[in-house]
This record gives sequence, structure tokens and C-alpha cells, in this order.
Amino acid sequence: MCPTLNQQQVAELGSLLSDLARVYGYDFREYAEASLRRRLLLWLAGSGFGSFEAARLPLLRDPALFEGVLRGVTVNVSEMFRDPQVFKLLREQVVPHLATYPAVKIWHAGCASGEEAYSMAILLDEEGLKGRYRIYATDINQQVLKTAQDGIFPLSGMRLYTQNYQKSGGRSAFSDYYTAGYDHALLSASLKEGIVFAQHNLAVDGCFGEMQLVFCRNVLIYFKQSLRRRALELFDASLSPGGFLCLGTKETLDGSELGSRYQEVGSHSRIYRKRYG
Amino acid sequence: MGSFRAITLGVSTGGIAVLRALLGALPADFPLPVLAVQHLSPLSGGDLAQLLDETCAIRVKEADDGELPQGGTVYLAPANYHLLLEADGRLALSMDPPVNLSRPSVDVLFESAADALGEALIGVVLSGVGSDGSRGLRYLKERGGTAVVQDPADAIAPGMPLSALQLVTPDYQLPLAQMPQLFINLSDT
Repeated sequence: MCPTLNQQQVAELGSLLSDLARVYGYDFREYAEASLRRRLLLWLAGSGFGSFEAARLPLLRDPALFEGVLRGVTVNVSEMFRDPQVFKLLREQVVPHLATYPAVKIWHAGCASGEEAYSMAILLDEEGLKGRYRIYATDINQQVLKTAQDGIFPLSGMRLYTQNYQKSGGRSAFSDYYTAGYDHALLSASLKEGIVFAQHNLAVDGCFGEMQLVFCRNVLIYFKQSLRRRALELFDASLSPGGFLCLGTKETLDGSELGSRYQEVGSHSRIYRKRYG
Repeated sequence: MGSFRAITLGVSTGGIAVLRALLGALPADFPLPVLAVQHLSPLSGGDLAQLLDETCAIRVKEADDGELPQGGTVYLAPANYHLLLEADGRLALSMDPPVNLSRPSVDVLFESAADALGEALIGVVLSGVGSDGSRGLRYLKERGGTAVVQDPADAIAPGMPLSALQLVTPDYQLPLAQMPQLFINLSDT
């Protein structure tokens, strides 16, 4: 597979993307170009089509085929308690503020298969918020939400997740949270009680409630500046004063118009607190 | 300001020593941004950038997503992320699957930067095991960029330079010690 494009392929890709936007409402032209190209070429290589032009009409006619593109372009792999120091900071410096609310609402935007939403549920349960929070875990892709809802993950990941969990300041044994069988781990049903999985597209959908924490990590890196700005404005509109925005460890509000309205919790933590007033 | 807009480089085995020698010899007012991929273990942190920043005159930092690269600054790909240059001139990161078993991957950096900058780009393959960077360097050259390969005899691990030389006839093949002066000369043309 050639990971790079010639002029003609660039033109073909452009017309494919605008057709897909018209037919399905997903506008990938708002995605960061360099990694989008790599992802689409990877999809093309596995699709059996010889070119984007050859794939164009079949894609426009067959929603199931398009699902594959959507998955290839938008799905991000994740881990439970990825970047343990982030979860440690959440536990120590953010959750104590959340605990002062009678009911806590959290928006996890771009949750993919749900590993981090479940991690958050474990953390909140351990810090005494059980039954007092709701995590709205949203993703653009319906299929991946189904996986998230099932809460079944390959057992092979559990060793890393256990290490992550311990480094994040976990108070229990990680194995308490899942049942192993058939090379998979089934997460405890009680973790699902506080999570609502729903489809949401950051490019077109709006806010749906006032949140005390918005969690969106390694999603904005795939967006162009314009879409990134839109997503950040949505988060800002959703957050109550004093609420928290948790971005990926390499994503920053520096250079964003919102930067002045937020204060970073600890330097380079990429957890930002919205100022009052 | 000369006709070049950025230097991209890739290194794996012996990376810390190589980067110290190379970046340590560049002046603080070196006019070009340097984008660098060093193969790291997924568990190592951002300490390398800090170490290099303290020992080099030129500024060294881990790349943040969306940054506009500045002259006199080295941007290291963070562990576990690919580093790319977008057509709008901004740095981008991705967590896409490893390429050549590597994330960050030198090929990913070279190919994206070649798309963005064409002939205004310099690509450098340094010491390392494996073949990451070879295809990217070939593409960069096809797009009019300038290819530099460390002399394999001079490299701690000659694999990456040898692999690159199989695909590319570089514009410059030279030992590490001569690279800083080359970069200074090129940045002036």
C-alpha cells in the first residue's frame, strides 16, 4: 500500500468526501488532513477497491459499506486508566469538587469503546459518589457504542489496565471489577448503572445539559482548527462555572479563544477549570 | 530566511546521544524549526525533551497538537503519538496504529511534512535499527525535498541509514559531526 497520494487521487478523494457529506451527513473535510488520508488509504487497501473513484458509487449506495469507512476514520483505540497520572489528578484534585454537588453530570465526548468511561465510573464509585453521578458517554459511531455498552474487553488488555489502575491510585483490586471467561473480561454490571451511552456528533449536534466535567481526550487531535473550535465552544457552553475540562495530555487550550476563561489544574496537566464569572 | 522551511529527522538506537551531539551544536538562533522522531518505549515519559532543552542552546520541547512550529525550536514527537505536519503548517498528533512497528514513526512524519512543504523540506535519517524513515525519505525526495543520511560507518546502529540508502540517493551522506554545520549552511541558502 502506498501511504501517499498523487494529484489525481487527491482530487478523487475530495469529490468522495463531499459526496459522503451530502449523502450521510458526516463531513470528514473538517478532519485533520494528514492523518485522515492515512486512515482512508488504510481503509481503501482493505476494501478491495482499486481507487477512491471506484469506491465512490458503492459507498454512496450502501450504508453498511459506509459504516466501515466511518469506523476506519473515527474510531480510536483506548485503554482503561490510560495515562494513570491523569486519573490520579482527577481523583485527588477534581473529584473532591465534584463531590460537593448533590448530583454530578459528566460528558465523556468521543468515548469509543468505553474503556475510559468505565474507568471514570470505577474512580467515582471508589471516591464515594456511587449513585450520585451520571456519565453521558457519546461517540459519533453507533457500532462502537454497542461494544462500549456490552462492557466486554479482551482479557489480554487486563494486565496493562491493572498496572494503570494501580498507578492511578486505585483503592481496590482491579480484578474485583470484572469476571474473566473465554479470553474476555466482562465488566461488573454495577459500573453501567451510572453511564448512558448515546450517539453524538461534535460537528453538528448541540449541548444536552449542564455538566460539571467534560472529558474529551485524543479526539480533537483529529479535527481541523474550525471543528476543534466548534467542539471546544460546545464544551464551554455545557460546563457550569467551576466545572472541569479534561483534554488529552498533548492537547492544550493555549492559543484558543477560551484559554483566558480557564485555569489549568497543575502545570501541563491539560485539566482545565472554568473560572467563575 | 532561506528557501528551507523545516528540518525533519528520525533516529532510534542511540537516539539520546545522537540528539545531544546534533542539537547541542545548533545555535539558539537557528532559523528553522526541527521536527524529530525518536523511537521510544511506550512507557518512557517526556523527560528526554527536558534533558535536551537543558543541555542545548536551541529550545527543545515535546510537540503539542496544533502548535505552529517556530524557528530555533526542536519539536520531539511524544511517546505513543505519531507526529505529523499539516498543510496549514501546524503540528498534528495521532494515535493511529504503529507504522514499521513504531509510534511515533519517521515515515509518517516525513510523508506528511513532504506533502506540506515539498522542496522546502530537509529530511534526515540517523542511527537506528530497522527501516523506518526509508520510504518517507524516498517520498520526500520525490516531492523535491533534500535528503540527508548519516554515514552508516559512523552510526551506532547502521540499519536505518543502510535501509534508506537502498531506496534513496541522498543529497548528503556524512558523519554526524558534520551535520550541524550542514544544517546551518542549508538554513542560510
